Amino acid sequence: MKYESQKVALYYFAGALGLFVAQVLFGVVLGTIVVAPNTLSELLPFNVARMIHTNALIVWLLMGFFGCAYYLIPEESETELHSPRLAIIQFWLFLFGAAAAVVGYLFRIHEGREFLEQPLWIKLAIVVVALMFLYNVTMTVLKGRKTAITNVLLLGLWGIAVFFLFSLYNPANLILDKVFWWWVVHLWVEGVWELVMASVLAFLMIKMTGIDREVVEKWLYVIIGLALFSGILGTGHHYYWIGMPAYWQWIGSVFSTLEVLPFFAMVIFTFMMVWKGGRTHPNKAALLWSLGCSVFAFFGAGVWGFLHTLAPVNYVTHGTQITAAHGHLAFYGAYVMLNIAMFTYAMPNLLKREPYNQVLNMWGFWITSSGVTFMTFALTFAGVVQTHLQRVMGMNFMEVQDALGLFYWMRLGAGVATLVGVILIVWSLAVPGGKRAGAAIVQPAE
Amino acid sequence: MSGSTREGGWGALSDLPGNPIMWVLIIGEMLVFGALLIGFAVVRLLHPQMVLAGQSALSIPLGGLNTLILVTSGWLAAHAVRLRSDGDIGGSRLRLAGAGALGLAFLAVKGVEYADKAARGLGIETDAFWTLFYLTTGFHAAHVAMGVILLGIVGWKNTSENLETGAAFWHMVDLVWLILFPLVYLLR
Repeated sequence: MKYESQKVALYYFAGALGLFVAQVLFGVVLGTIVVAPNTLSELLPFNVARMIHTNALIVWLLMGFFGCAYYLIPEESETELHSPRLAIIQFWLFLFGAAAAVVGYLFRIHEGREFLEQPLWIKLAIVVVALMFLYNVTMTVLKGRKTAITNVLLLGLWGIAVFFLFSLYNPANLILDKVFWWWVVHLWVEGVWELVMASVLAFLMIKMTGIDREVVEKWLYVIIGLALFSGILGTGHHYYWIGMPAYWQWIGSVFSTLEVLPFFAMVIFTFMMVWKGGRTHPNKAALLWSLGCSVFAFFGAGVWGFLHTLAPVNYVTHGTQITAAHGHLAFYGAYVMLNIAMFTYAMPNLLKREPYNQVLNMWGFWITSSGVTFMTFALTFAGVVQTHLQRVMGMNFMEVQDALGLFYWMRLGAGVATLVGVILIVWSLAVPGGKRAGAAIVQPAE
Repeated sequence: MSGSTREGGWGALSDLPGNPIMWVLIIGEMLVFGALLIGFAVVRLLHPQMVLAGQSALSIPLGGLNTLILVTSGWLAAHAVRLRSDGDIGGSRLRLAGAGALGLAFLAVKGVEYADKAARGLGIETDAFWTLFYLTTGFHAAHVAMGVILLGIVGWKNTSENLETGAAFWHMVDLVWLILFPLVYLLR
């Protein structure tokens, strides 16, 4: 840490970690409801718990991105943050909005549009939060040094805000409703979030491997070029199924297949940098998360996405457990691991300590990753069986769900392991051990 | 990127003319058009009669004319790059303008072709052949339009590297058509 104002990132990291635990906890509750359907049926119906699970995920990932930006941008721009106070106000407003949404959900107050269930006033509050944030980071970048990393990060963050605006537009026509709905969730994960991911990974590579900035920037341009080239039209793989013309099957299939490329490039990039850098950074856990992030994102978003993206395949697998398998591994690999990589790297620096609880953190990495991987396999097999019984043999939905019981039990077990891993991660980050660091260690050379 | 693209560090892309990022785009384009042509092959395999019927409605003379237009345009663009490296900026601009004008001529012919198909009720949703026909040639035409704009930009910001970059894109557009035309129009 070089700038005092980077400390505001700690608020966001703490908030994000808290919501992370809540999100996974609700995941375990959902896994339990699936195998024992009467669990909490009066108090916390499945749909409400699912809203909290998915909303908490998105909110904590965004909160993590905000924190990453507040840590990264002053350091890259070589200047203090425009307004640390605004950043703190923004944090509390965001946290309040998230908490209000959750409490509202528990009292059945929501708008029912999947993933965008937040009442209108909360959506508007999110827009205000986003504007405060963008104002703050943009002003910081404008007054300081401009690097490829901050430019790409800002492009991604502005994109997040712009695409969120489509959540406010809810046309009566169901097809149009779904089109704009995809623009929020999917142009995020298949588009602008990838820009955030690439730029944060690039920052971590510069900091931890000692590779020249110029080399990292070239990779960054290639990766985001591929991401935008494939992702924007690749989102078209959803369109046919919501009522758009048949040619979207072709556009969606071709471009979404290419979405594997930016993720593959990120794997090559991170491993090449670490290998060529040949420098041992003391924060081994952060390096593990960075490498894990690119690998798990490649498998979760890339391979598991490709598995069911071709239109003739998706014709039978659409909306089965295969989708759930892909969703879990992709979110975990691409965006959860990215955030944890940054938290693990930044928190010792922010707390002015040597990297601490590294072994515990790495145990958290392996247990959580194993849990999510096992869950992904259980859901993939469940999805294959479901596709065959329901879509090929024509059995009815509930009969098939009964047949999948074993897989759902395995998923619950994997979910519990994931929760244990997450608690280890949060503990290892939140409870600093280790010595206070000397100045030489907190500021790794570029 | 502050003009540092020549300094290497781009691996295999370093030796290619123009900006290396253009070559990333070109490889991406090749993959997309390649995938669409594989789509044609699969549709032909599954529905040979449908493809034959569709092809018989295509105009080989118009497609052939467009091939000549685009190849000539590509030749002019290549010529412009050579003149620029000899320092003849005016001559290179003239050739680029010619290349761009021929690009517009290509689009005009394409427009005549599409209007004819539309008049006969052959649209993007008619069947799988026509879906692929409109997607592939439509994507290609969009690239021609983009290429004309790009030629204009590199003609204006007339450096050797910019010219090589613009010409590389234009030759890609050219090349795609040279593969697309025989596979879609001629091969029966």
